[in-house]
Amino acid sequence: MTLTRRSALAAAGLLAAPAIVRAQGNTPIRIGEINSYTAAPAFTLPYRNGWQLAVEQVNAAGGVLGRKIEVISRDDAGRPPDAIRLAGELLDDQKVDLFAGSFLSNIGLALSDVAKQRKKLFVGGEPLTDAMVWEAGHRYCYRLRPSTYMQAAMLVDDAAKLNAKRWVTVSPNYEYGQSVVKWFKLMLAKKQPGVEFVAEQWPALGKIDAGATVAALAAAKPDAILNATFGPDLTNFVRQGNTRGLFEGRGVVSVLTGEPEYLGPLADETPEGWIVTGYPVESLTDPANTAFIAAYKARFNELPKMGSVVGHALISSIVAGIAKAGSVDTEKMADGFAGASFDTPFGKAAWRAQDHQGTLGTYVGKTALKDGKGVMVNWRYVDGAAALPSDDEVKKMRPA
Amino acid sequence: MLLVQLLTGLSSAASLFLVAAGLTVIFGVTRVVNFSHGSLTMLGAYIGWSVLTRLPRGPEWFVLGIVLTGLATAAIGVVLETLLLRRIYRAPELLQLLFTFGIVLVVQDAALWIWGANDLPLPRAPWLRAFVVIAGERVPQYDLILIAVGPLVLGALWLLFTRTRWGILVRAATQDRDMVAALGVDQKRLFTSVFALGAGLAGIGGALALPDASANLQIDLNIITDAFVVVVVGGLGSLPGAFLASVMIGVLQSFGIVLIPQGTLVIVFVIMAGVLVVRPNGLLGTAPSAVHGEAASFAPIRPAVPLLRWIGGAGLAIAALAPLVAGPFALSVLTEMAIAVLFAASLHFMMGPGGMASFGHAAWFGIGAYAAAFAVKGAGMGGLVLAPIVAGLAAALFGWFVVRLSGVYLAMLTLAFAQIVWAAMFQAVDLTGGDNGILGVWPAPWAADRRVFYWLTLALCVGGALLLRRILYAPFGYALRAARDSALRAEAIGLDAGRLRLAAFVIAGAAAGLAGGLSAFSKGSVFPGFVSIARSVDGLLMVLLGGVQTIAGPIIGAIAYTGLFDLLLLVTDFWRAALGMAIVVLVLAFPHGIAGTLHRAWLRGRPA
Repeated sequence: MTLTRRSALAAAGLLAAPAIVRAQGNTPIRIGEINSYTAAPAFTLPYRNGWQLAVEQVNAAGGVLGRKIEVISRDDAGRPPDAIRLAGELLDDQKVDLFAGSFLSNIGLALSDVAKQRKKLFVGGEPLTDAMVWEAGHRYCYRLRPSTYMQAAMLVDDAAKLNAKRWVTVSPNYEYGQSVVKWFKLMLAKKQPGVEFVAEQWPALGKIDAGATVAALAAAKPDAILNATFGPDLTNFVRQGNTRGLFEGRGVVSVLTGEPEYLGPLADETPEGWIVTGYPVESLTDPANTAFIAAYKARFNELPKMGSVVGHALISSIVAGIAKAGSVDTEKMADGFAGASFDTPFGKAAWRAQDHQGTLGTYVGKTALKDGKGVMVNWRYVDGAAALPSDDEVKKMRPA
Repeated sequence: MLLVQLLTGLSSAASLFLVAAGLTVIFGVTRVVNFSHGSLTMLGAYIGWSVLTRLPRGPEWFVLGIVLTGLATAAIGVVLETLLLRRIYRAPELLQLLFTFGIVLVVQDAALWIWGANDLPLPRAPWLRAFVVIAGERVPQYDLILIAVGPLVLGALWLLFTRTRWGILVRAATQDRDMVAALGVDQKRLFTSVFALGAGLAGIGGALALPDASANLQIDLNIITDAFVVVVVGGLGSLPGAFLASVMIGVLQSFGIVLIPQGTLVIVFVIMAGVLVVRPNGLLGTAPSAVHGEAASFAPIRPAVPLLRWIGGAGLAIAALAPLVAGPFALSVLTEMAIAVLFAASLHFMMGPGGMASFGHAAWFGIGAYAAAFAVKGAGMGGLVLAPIVAGLAAALFGWFVVRLSGVYLAMLTLAFAQIVWAAMFQAVDLTGGDNGILGVWPAPWAADRRVFYWLTLALCVGGALLLRRILYAPFGYALRAARDSALRAEAIGLDAGRLRLAAFVIAGAAAGLAGGLSAFSKGSVFPGFVSIARSVDGLLMVLLGGVQTIAGPIIGAIAYTGLFDLLLLVTDFWRAALGMAIVVLVLAFPHGIAGTLHRAWLRGRPA
């Protein structure tokens, strides 16, 4: 309900805009947005807050190219075919200038394919699959967040420092999980010759049988563990692992676990000393982050989550791209986004010209317990640009 | 290690058993296939969370909290039963399934609204984190408690059902509820109390799983499929069967994870398929006793009256002319509706005249879609020819096992096969792209214009649906209905019921495959979701919404459901609740489906 009320307010605000703007016939720039709001609410609701805040800020500052921006949002219910259909609705009926969004990797790829077919610009926010910018990359698709390759690359140095010989992996059984495990194995083997992967577990997303999974991993007698589960799966896995002592005396490298939406539910059972990627929202002090956190808190009365950052940065990155292109013509945007730089809560980032990947980075640190809550400590920011393969390697993976 | 996995399997069997026990008791007495049982489990988890986080953390308070949760969900069950379910006991069995599915949707949004989107993990008190060392390995103490709870509950239920008057009445109603009613037992109260017991068990099952997990919005659909599998493997209505099945599934699952980690998606369904092929009525089930007067509830199908023909013809003309005025998005919705019409008509062909309700009809739809997608590189649009052929062949293969079963068992076996197909598509990443699907399945240039593709789709789908209708009026159709209404009498006059049903199965599969192939081209892509349970449920909803017993039913249902869904997705965030309520209201207003109810209204006052 809040959404409709807010859009009503936004519409009212628009009508109240200075008469001179209306007289010029400056209609707002229309951005279509599709995400899995009902299927993955823990991530997407903070994400929606994030982009709403950004839209309000952009419009308060006068918009872009002298025009306000407007987001038309749709829920794909986590189903790729629905996402494809809604993309059609946004392009054909709502006449959006470009479309954006998406959470799950398969939906991101499907929407990117629509963009390719329809020759319209698609800016992916959260989907982490590498294929979106590499194997299946194309002129009309940009993607913001660090990919599975980048997440693995950010973690692999610390993983190698564990000097563990026998590794096991546990990862949700779909594109994202498979891709994390693949890259991590490759990179670690390069960094630390002689490393062995002795067992893997592939629980179905959202359906982990945690007790049996933990027992199976323990039976392989590993020195270290790579985890890529998140959400309810992660909570169940950690609880069983704690009780059964799986993590005692073992290094654990864990993707995304430091993000508040996944760390929060672990509460006082947060295992200490895991090497994770995430968002240490409580302990950031730099101006860009604190300004965003303060604005978000003032607007929504809660701390932002990783989704909020992605939603906010997504709008910033689109606005910067449009400003650089100087137009909302698709061909001009497809060229003009490349190289555009934009401000995010994490600092400056840019769209790479070579593969249309955003250089938004993420934080790498360790988990710890503080006042019965999980936090990230000893963190550092890793710029996305520093976690990408060489231009030549990218060239080989990306069709011309 | 063996011992640890065994104990882990047994403990996960315990909470599964509680949920399944409730489901099997409710089914036994009321014959309602209660889809919303998973929602009660989810509510149990959420209510349990709300109660337990407010109580002190000692074990005695934990027990109190669990009991309170059970009472609360039992009360919710009573409300559900008296306000809603009671109104539809006279409706066809499968319509009740549709009705409870509507409740699932409403409860999902209600839980989202009350408890929010975040997972709610129960903070574990120290005693819940404790472990016992067995054979040098740590086993959670709570697992051992759960292992004890299973048999205790089974024992308590056994006493309840054998040593009390109420229990005897329940067992009598399970065997023959018409006779119990004839003997003057107050059925209303009996049903309500049974429903309360089942709901309470579901709630306790949900709450007991809290220390190992969290209260989240996925519980309902996750648990309901597993619970259905347990109930069916054990034999419908059989408590010891449910216990045996949950232990078997829990233990095999926990060993399966070690042996084939990639197989976690399907282990449960492979087990079910195996059991049902060997024992068509589940482990401890008995052949269902004939429900009195069931055959009479199916009226013979008559050719459409002229008025209906005119309406149908007019509708078709409007559909054919629509592209001249409709915008691109409206056109894509119309394309979707046309595909849905063929999909629903093919399912209806099996369910209605064939008498074989399928929970896994998406299998053929998906196989057709994948066949078209594989063929697109070599044959282009020629893949459309391949889609029904491949789907028909696959249906023939699976059908050979399926047609020997009946009722819910048959439906669950189709579900198992659909899940196995789904897992194969999901798992064969190199071939099918896994969950990324196959992209770039766009129509050939001559059909790339959306209007042309729409006309092509309309022609094939309406043609397919009309062909199915024609088959029903052919001798084959009459023979098929004879085999459905009385297999014995049909065989006595020389009809081979098994072969008739198999043929119907293959025809329905091929038609669904064609719908799938068209869907692949209209979306430009294929995903494992094409084979998912959700897709099968969509098909069921369309057929049931329209009405199983009329030929126009699935067509009306497909159009109504697709239109409703698309509309709601666009206008509201709470589309699930809105869709669920729409389903509930439609079932209450049209207890025989939209077309079925209109048909009855039409017949009223006219000689039969």
